[in-house]
Amino acid sequence: MITTNKGNDIVIRVRDVCVAFGSSKVLDDLSLDVRKGEILGFVGASGAGKSVLLRTILGLNRKQGGIIELFGQNLDEVSDAQKILLDMRMGVLFQHGALFSSLTVAENIMVPMREYLDLSPELMRELARVKISLVGLPQDSADKFPSELSGGMIKRAALARALALDPDIVFLDEPTSGLDPIGAAAFDDLIANMRDTLGLTVYMVTHDLDSLFSVCDRIAVLGDKKVILEGPIEQMLKSELPWVKQYFRGTRARAISGARPMAETN
Amino acid sequence: MVTKANKQNGGAENLSAAFDFACPTADTAVLTLFGYWSTHRLGDVDDDIRKLESLTLRSIHVDLSALRGLDTAGAWIIHRTTKALERTGAIVTFAGIDSERQILMEAVAKTPDVEAAKASDLNSSVVSSLFEALGRSVAEFGTDFLMSMHMLGSTVRGAQMKLGRGHGIRPAAIVHQIERMGMGAFPVVILMSSIIGAIIAQQGAFQLRLFGAEIFVVDLVSVLVLREIGVLLTAIMVAGRSGSAITAEIGSMKMREEIDALTVIGLNPVGVLVFPRLVALVIALPLLTIVSDLTALLGASLVTWGYSGIPPSAFIARLKEAVDLSTYFAGLIKAPFMALIIGIVASVEGMKVGGSAESLGTHVTAAVVKSIFVVIVVDGLFAMFYASINF
Repeated sequence: MITTNKGNDIVIRVRDVCVAFGSSKVLDDLSLDVRKGEILGFVGASGAGKSVLLRTILGLNRKQGGIIELFGQNLDEVSDAQKILLDMRMGVLFQHGALFSSLTVAENIMVPMREYLDLSPELMRELARVKISLVGLPQDSADKFPSELSGGMIKRAALARALALDPDIVFLDEPTSGLDPIGAAAFDDLIANMRDTLGLTVYMVTHDLDSLFSVCDRIAVLGDKKVILEGPIEQMLKSELPWVKQYFRGTRARAISGARPMAETN
Repeated sequence: MVTKANKQNGGAENLSAAFDFACPTADTAVLTLFGYWSTHRLGDVDDDIRKLESLTLRSIHVDLSALRGLDTAGAWIIHRTTKALERTGAIVTFAGIDSERQILMEAVAKTPDVEAAKASDLNSSVVSSLFEALGRSVAEFGTDFLMSMHMLGSTVRGAQMKLGRGHGIRPAAIVHQIERMGMGAFPVVILMSSIIGAIIAQQGAFQLRLFGAEIFVVDLVSVLVLREIGVLLTAIMVAGRSGSAITAEIGSMKMREEIDALTVIGLNPVGVLVFPRLVALVIALPLLTIVSDLTALLGASLVTWGYSGIPPSAFIARLKEAVDLSTYFAGLIKAPFMALIIGIVASVEGMKVGGSAESLGTHVTAAVVKSIFVVIVVDGLFAMFYASINF
């Protein structure tokens, strides 16, 4: 099940990671690879530990065992200075945006730049505008506060902040949840577009079957505290594992996968 | 005007962003970029390249073939510079743009040139801004007063807005709030009052000793504590302790749309949230005042015993002479009014909280400051009222 290690191609390497809260184990000997330039969709039942793995990779949770390597560097062994360099190469879109409520959108985007880089305020302001247009927000949202934005705009603004430092990996926690289908499709296109233009690697926790069918290169399924299946969507559709079968071949999934070939011929 | 500038000539192995600007003839130029033009490395180069934007050229050739890396920030700077030069009439040609960089340049080029117009700020001189601030605070005082009256009215009206039982008194909520605001404040009120009582007694005894009237320290302490200090200090302490809590609770519920949810369910948010707290404060504050009065007198009697040698029996005998029931009630009557003020000011501030964490902080501060201010003003009004009716 462990894919052959092709050296530098793998940007996130998770090996035998165990995470437990108190006496309840959430992840048990979980292994996962994310390759450079791919969009990995990570699915699993609600409460299975998708967000826990995400938080563990980001270093927000403690793990009881195992190894996590980012860009070939073991997170347990890096020095604080190296950790900061790694952090600068990662962008995170939290599930609810997690924008700083007392800062405007432009200021939110400028926070990582201000902390890490020695840029003139003028250039930071310009770059914030570039990111705002990149994620498809109108320019007048730059001076708005998060409380004045709609749910979809908050997600976009949070993505703009995640992209502030031009990271190599972005982690997206349910990026399309709570968006209307058109907005969600636009968001998917945006992410695929970013991957093409910026060469991003995308790690996406999602429940959105549309995203899984349309933009994800590979899908990993979390079940029973480990990755039970990983591969492209075709492999998911062929799988006979009960949960995977139900997930990808249930009524909702059938509607999407049935509609897709028709949509493509149009 | 600069005709030939050679800045930060980056060597082939240099990883930082660098560029080379050369003018073979007076109005043509060649711009060669080196190194990694990425967000992390552009801080130094931006100021220098910005100066090029003011040049007037007929043509400029931008050579990216020696560039080793490019991201959106680098692409933006190239885009900005070439656009500025194009506007002055220069013809821009590129070399070394592969398909990947082309996509990047196109993505960045979609950024609008002009910043969105900011909200036009009124022309503000010192005088007009002064009047503006004054006007705003007067108008705010008016809305605050209306809001307070609204709170009071809604509280009296009860929890339900639509059809219902007509009144919404929930004893469990009230008792719970009394426990939090009253019982929780006991230790700090006891500690503070006994120390303040002791300090007043010691200072009073020291001054009265000069006149040989040390026994009158009992009159001084008892009248002062019972009429003013006991209730005032308790009110200030409760404003800081419970007023801030009320504002923070109601404010964070406002932020998460819980207040809106209550309204939609058909409940009056004021009745549900403010009423129990207000009733609890009106019950708890007089009780705390009684505790405060007693402990202040206890602290004073201990100090007069130790410092002035007045035994507790003499202290109590003198106390009977000095105060009567009206002295005691003159203080205690004020307590429910102060409780109402604290509760209403805190609730009004809580309802004014907006969407950000910062506004929550601002309004919690405002709640404590305003309620302490109003409590002291009302205490002064009571003193004037008592004086005029000889109470």
